[in-house]
Amino acid sequence: MSLDAEQVAKIAWLARIEIDSDAIPEYARNLSSILDFVEQMDAVDTSGIEPMAHPQDVPQRLRDDVVTESNQRETFLKIAPATENGLFLVPRVIE
Amino acid sequence: MTAMHRMTLAELVGGLSAGDFSSSELTRHFLDRIAAHDAQLNSFITVTEEAAMAAARKADEARAAGNAGPLAGIPLAQKDIFNTKGVRTSCGSRMLDNYIAPYDARVIEGFNDAGAVMLGKTNMDEFAMGSSNETSWYGAVKNPWDTERVPGGSSGGSAAAVAARLAPAATGTDTGGSIRQPAALCGITGLKPTYGRVSRWGMIAFASSLDQAGPMAPSAEDCALLLQAMAGFDERDSTCMNEPVDDYSAGLTQPIDGLKIGLPKEYFTEGLDSAVEARVREALKHYESLGAELVEITLPNSHLSAPAYYVVAPAECSSNLSRFDGVRFGHRCDNPKDLEDMYCRSRGEGFGDEVKRRILVGAYALSAGYYDAYYLKAQQIRRLISNDFAEAFKQVDVIMGPTTPTPAFRLGEKADDPISMYLSDIYTIAVNLAGLPGMSVPVGTVDDLPVGLHIVGNYWSEARLLNIAHRLQMDTDWHKQIPEAFA
Amino acid sequence: MEWEVVIGLEIHAQLRTKSKIFSGASTAYGAEPNTQACAVDLGLPGVLPVLNREVVRMATKFGLAIGAEVAQKSVFARKNYFYPDLPKGYQISQFELPIVKAGTLTISLEDGSSKEIGVTRAHLEEDAGKSLHEDFHGMTGIDLNRAGTPLLEIVSEPDMRSAKEAVAYMRKIHALVQYLDICDGNMQEGSFRCDANVSVRPKGQQEYGTRTEIKNINSFRFVERAINFEVQRQIDLIEDGGEVVQETRLYDPDRNETRSMRSKEEANDYRYFPDPDLLPVMIEPEFIDAVRKEMPELPDAKKARFQSEHGLSDYDAENLTATRDTADYFEAVLAELAGEAKLIANWMNGELAARLNRDGIDIQDAPVGAVAFAGLLLRIKDNTISGKIAKEVFDAMWVGEGSADAIIDSRGLKQITDTGAIEAIIDEVIANNPSQVEQYRGGKAQLLGYFVGQVMKASKGKANPAQVNQILRDKLSG
Repeated sequence: MSLDAEQVAKIAWLARIEIDSDAIPEYARNLSSILDFVEQMDAVDTSGIEPMAHPQDVPQRLRDDVVTESNQRETFLKIAPATENGLFLVPRVIE
Repeated sequence: MTAMHRMTLAELVGGLSAGDFSSSELTRHFLDRIAAHDAQLNSFITVTEEAAMAAARKADEARAAGNAGPLAGIPLAQKDIFNTKGVRTSCGSRMLDNYIAPYDARVIEGFNDAGAVMLGKTNMDEFAMGSSNETSWYGAVKNPWDTERVPGGSSGGSAAAVAARLAPAATGTDTGGSIRQPAALCGITGLKPTYGRVSRWGMIAFASSLDQAGPMAPSAEDCALLLQAMAGFDERDSTCMNEPVDDYSAGLTQPIDGLKIGLPKEYFTEGLDSAVEARVREALKHYESLGAELVEITLPNSHLSAPAYYVVAPAECSSNLSRFDGVRFGHRCDNPKDLEDMYCRSRGEGFGDEVKRRILVGAYALSAGYYDAYYLKAQQIRRLISNDFAEAFKQVDVIMGPTTPTPAFRLGEKADDPISMYLSDIYTIAVNLAGLPGMSVPVGTVDDLPVGLHIVGNYWSEARLLNIAHRLQMDTDWHKQIPEAFA
Repeated sequence: MEWEVVIGLEIHAQLRTKSKIFSGASTAYGAEPNTQACAVDLGLPGVLPVLNREVVRMATKFGLAIGAEVAQKSVFARKNYFYPDLPKGYQISQFELPIVKAGTLTISLEDGSSKEIGVTRAHLEEDAGKSLHEDFHGMTGIDLNRAGTPLLEIVSEPDMRSAKEAVAYMRKIHALVQYLDICDGNMQEGSFRCDANVSVRPKGQQEYGTRTEIKNINSFRFVERAINFEVQRQIDLIEDGGEVVQETRLYDPDRNETRSMRSKEEANDYRYFPDPDLLPVMIEPEFIDAVRKEMPELPDAKKARFQSEHGLSDYDAENLTATRDTADYFEAVLAELAGEAKLIANWMNGELAARLNRDGIDIQDAPVGAVAFAGLLLRIKDNTISGKIAKEVFDAMWVGEGSADAIIDSRGLKQITDTGAIEAIIDEVIANNPSQVEQYRGGKAQLLGYFVGQVMKASKGKANPAQVNQILRDKLSG
């Protein structure tokens, strides 16, 4: 699978990562070689094989519905890039 | 008395309890070594000198009061992937250069409870993505055996610090070999536990279904002491299993006669450096002399483990790393012109090339129209690989082989070629896909560069693996070797 | 051309748990911003989710209530997209394997008929936070208190053919989740909201037209208006030779219109995959049995029982079971006034409903509670007051003047039932109207109403109307 510059730009947008346009060809080359590498998988017939999402085949554990957390707003806001009046601030969101 | 940095962890624990030295003296000694030597290695991102000395004094007081924990006063280095409250937790990334963790990871809690002293946070590949420690925002780590070579990755800082005895022991995390590969390249002992043995709470996720924290130390005996503080059930991690925790030190010296060791024929083929193979064969011969039996086995799908891994791990990481968006913590670009600009530039500036590559590969593999061909296929291959191990463990008790195909390579040698870099984990990643425990044990050198023996066990067999490794270390002293420059 | 409207709804019901779906933070509404957002809700590096047992129980209850299969195995998946009120850059939801599979719900239509609506699935997910667009120096503020609040998303089949049907379905689900006690149904606070998928097609055409999705509508009235607006917009568009574009639209209640949501991402690619931090949710048959045992009586069963046990009409029973609070109110009144179901139904569906509607409040907030209301009806039943006077008393109770008895007493509204007193009034009326008496006796029987009116007027409405009638007849004929 060979990715072109346009596809790389599209994925980069999906992942919200800015990539310099000069660097895109190299990304395209590297990503294409990685995809070629992983496509060795295609040689194996996996029809009927149950996909394995986890090493442990056990069910999800459930927790009791109890409030265990207390307000830590000041601690958390301290590490944020921009805050005001107890809110995280971001560039204006237009709906 | 032997210099404190030449003692094993077990010896240090003994020395502290015998009153041969205090934790304050011990901690000072290692802080001085870091100050003297780390400029050559770059193994620490953050040294927490003041907090370390304070913790050491506290440990000395606790010991005087007769309530010392099992690791009371033992200085340790923590990989900078674990949240450490009040201390920068960078994960080797510019993205988190300004992130002061507001809480402790479970692993850190465990060491605090045991009374250990944190010396600082060790360097690592950015977000644990790398096999050479060259992707760190804080610069490459050097291998203490040859500072022109890589220490391996991603826990390269921990491996180098322990190998040079800038810390008696350290923690690592292993997603595809990130404990075992640097342990091998730096000549120390490292253990990746069974997936679910150690809580991932507070450990910054790379690939959630593969990540597992473990100990890195000179010897298996040391690893046993560390794992005891790390292992156990934690209700905050849904994937942490409520399995009984063994006493890892108790059975270290048990005989191993009758042990059936499987040698996968796929691991002893082309691509394996012949001198590395020779060291591994010598270790296997020694096991035979201890009464073990060598059995050739097959893991027929092992050639697919790297391809499957390089889909599963990037897919999970592409999603795990979405939270680094410049909104609530971490890097935000200057003067964003709008929301999307903030996202794209913060992430573009905050992440390095390898992290970006993996996020992009992962996003692609999960995107509409490609999910089945990549992600689903990789999950199916994962099942096949896991089944291979299950078959093998019907025949043998453990599986052995080389940890890496070659000794440490030169800095920059593979930096421009992601695929050749990926292949340096060729023997270790299948173990993560299956979720099994694995160790790397030093078994000699090639041209003065360490070689590691890879020992893989069945689920929850950490105590057995430590026992097997310890039996070898009772008769060999590769794990006691220290590079001359740091002796 | 005649058009057929096709509507499907996606309803989001916040589950009324104490703590969040994946963390131990409180879900209480109205706290100071970000004071109920813990490390997990904020998606700090290294945090992990653990599923709340209560949400599984609540989803199971809902599944049983709509006759659906509760999945033995369901899986949480990540829906990946970037938005500032979505802390992790993904929403934990369910995709391929939801917890509740297909079920059905019967709605009653205005013409008295009923219709079955298919529920495709219901799945669990976490809510996002809130973006506050007040001006913070040109920035938007983010409050993550709501992030991680459990939601049950209930997806219908495209089975509704008018805005009225859509509203009836939404009301039915609204009533159901409150009957089940799994959602408080508070639409102002956003606990219950819906997205509507709307399309039109020429009548008789098999395939569906292109649909649009109207996002986040939080009142029954707006659902009806938004759908009606959107239907007309689509028809106008097609009839003018245009084409409907598949898109997400927003309803603006102030302008009563829908408009396209500005979005650069024309094609959202959510890259769903199983969340590796969570394991599959396995539900054992024993768990389902235990939930089944604690199921409350559901609206349809209650309605049938009201009809059979209390002899109520379909109309009365329908109205009295429309919400759990209404049904509870009815049963509480009935407990005080056994055997008077019809009287209670008339008054609840008439006077009480009218006042609630006028003041725009829900029955649980009515200023006259069930016991006080029973006290009023008791005085009608025992002839202390007439129905007409009762309305006056009810008004006074509504504004807090006290109990029915206290008001009757203080205002002297007690009905005159003393035969002697009524006779005296009647005698006076007869004496004052000799010509009308003559006409009546001459065969003009319809004049009886005139005399009743005069007597009631003279008694200031307090004379018992039945007695007045009887005595008047006797006296006039004599």
